[in-house]
Amino acid sequence: MKALVWHGKEDIRCDTVSDPEIQDPRDAIVKVSSCAICGSDLHLFHNFIPAMMPGDIMGHEMMGEVVEVGGGMDGRLRKGERVVIPFTIICGECHQCKRGNFSVCERTNRNKHLAEKVFGHTTAGLFGYTHLTGGYPGGQAEYVRVPFADATHIKVPDGMPDDQALFLSDILPTGWQAAVHCDIEPTDTVAIWGCGPVGQMAIRSAVLLGANQVVAIDRLPDRLSMAEAGGAIPINFEQESVIERLNELTNGKGPEKCIDCVGLESHVTFSQPDGVYDRAKQMFMLESDRPHALREMIYVCQPAGIISIPGVYAGLSDKIPLGMAMNKGLTFRMGQTHVHRWTDELKHHIEAGRLDPSFVVTHKTKLDNGPEMYKVFRDKQDSCIKVVLTP
Amino acid sequence: MAMTYLSDLVRHEGDPHVIETGQSSLSAVDQLARMLGWFSLGLGAVELLAPGRVTRALGMEGSEKLVRAFGAREIGAGILTLSLEKELGLWSRVAGDGVDLAALFPAMREDNPKRDNATLAMALVAGITLLDFLTARSVREQHKEGDGMRRDYRDRSGYPQGIEAARGIAKSQPQPERHDQVRY
Repeated sequence: MKALVWHGKEDIRCDTVSDPEIQDPRDAIVKVSSCAICGSDLHLFHNFIPAMMPGDIMGHEMMGEVVEVGGGMDGRLRKGERVVIPFTIICGECHQCKRGNFSVCERTNRNKHLAEKVFGHTTAGLFGYTHLTGGYPGGQAEYVRVPFADATHIKVPDGMPDDQALFLSDILPTGWQAAVHCDIEPTDTVAIWGCGPVGQMAIRSAVLLGANQVVAIDRLPDRLSMAEAGGAIPINFEQESVIERLNELTNGKGPEKCIDCVGLESHVTFSQPDGVYDRAKQMFMLESDRPHALREMIYVCQPAGIISIPGVYAGLSDKIPLGMAMNKGLTFRMGQTHVHRWTDELKHHIEAGRLDPSFVVTHKTKLDNGPEMYKVFRDKQDSCIKVVLTP
Repeated sequence: MAMTYLSDLVRHEGDPHVIETGQSSLSAVDQLARMLGWFSLGLGAVELLAPGRVTRALGMEGSEKLVRAFGAREIGAGILTLSLEKELGLWSRVAGDGVDLAALFPAMREDNPKRDNATLAMALVAGITLLDFLTARSVREQHKEGDGMRRDYRDRSGYPQGIEAARGIAKSQPQPERHDQVRY
């Protein structure tokens, strides 16, 4: 089959690889109908996430048709069913799954020993990601093996097109969880750094959850125009001071809730010297992340506010003003998304016509063009915000 | 392919492995930039570790400290060129090439017994300067964000019933129970 394969830094290729096989009674093979390139795939593309190996198949946003199932499904999943595959692999039975903390499932990471060494405890297995999270082959391919498939799937309602359902796999619940983590009150200002796909979903989620005002921070006019369409007040950080503008919008008090949809690759510009410092340290492997956006939100967030972090961080971040955060009494919430926790609610909003996540798709092409699309997405060419690939 | 064969040795049994590799997202220019980065590291290491050999070959004895400093500069440029900031690395190489040419110029004096070597070195550096310049320009061209014409997405709200109907709806209407357990 064809698949997008990681060969090293900035080196993705559309390779011919062997077909996946059922390895366990709880496995299923899904014929992928649509898959997408996620912002966190770019962190892998840039080799910022440790423990990738040449030959790893990329992709953790995918959906398709079940074409083969193992013998242990007990009717929970059948051949021919149309499913979205959540990026977090879950067993549905462990202590954490039973508490709804699906992204830290205790059983699905097959490289548990590595995760325990690096993170202290294991987290869930993830598709198309580092070997620290199991190194499971991803879904930017014609077929994907889904381990623990009896629990790791979302059935697609009849008539729901791929473009509406696909993002239940990651970016929609990720933006939603980020907004839910903010405990939004009707008087709140929610400021969102980064207007990529997750940022766009977080904006819509904050609106649905009733924020008084939503503010979106980026530098690209196309992304800010999409944020504005979603009901956000745009701030272009290359044209105005984020801190001054946020204080102006909140009568000097600062936003109650801040969401970091940027993560480890904050934009580097000489007008933000801390970013240049981070980039230099990153280059010499003295730091893994560039947390400029996080520093800025700690500074501007209203005391006793909440900072929600759906953006991916890889390892060690320098110069986080923890004293500032502690004295202001800020609450931090973060984590990979507990996709299943939010599925029913989000499916309900889509089916009721309140939200159509397909608005974010700006580029659709064949899987073979994947390597080129990684570059287009990374270089933000052609106003690219979200790429969907069809095998 | 060699690296994928090696990684297949530790790959979980049954996982797909690469049979035939396709075209890389790294363009020819990106690959050339990478080669120049490695070249910088190699040259920098020689200049840093064996400056005497360099100065003797060029008839520039006594300039060992200068050559060492150039070696450190080359290594810095190499790291930058191999990083994601490859364009910056390549322009730093172009600037470094200029400094190299200026430093080689005194070795062209008539009484230098190694004048031929110095002439050859000058020619090589001049050629590499041109290559660095062309590569830096191509990298900039290939990876620039666009020509300033960005699309306007103000028609993409994502709310089929309009934003006013969506505002606060998740709080104001009864929602299906958020389930903390997997339902089949």
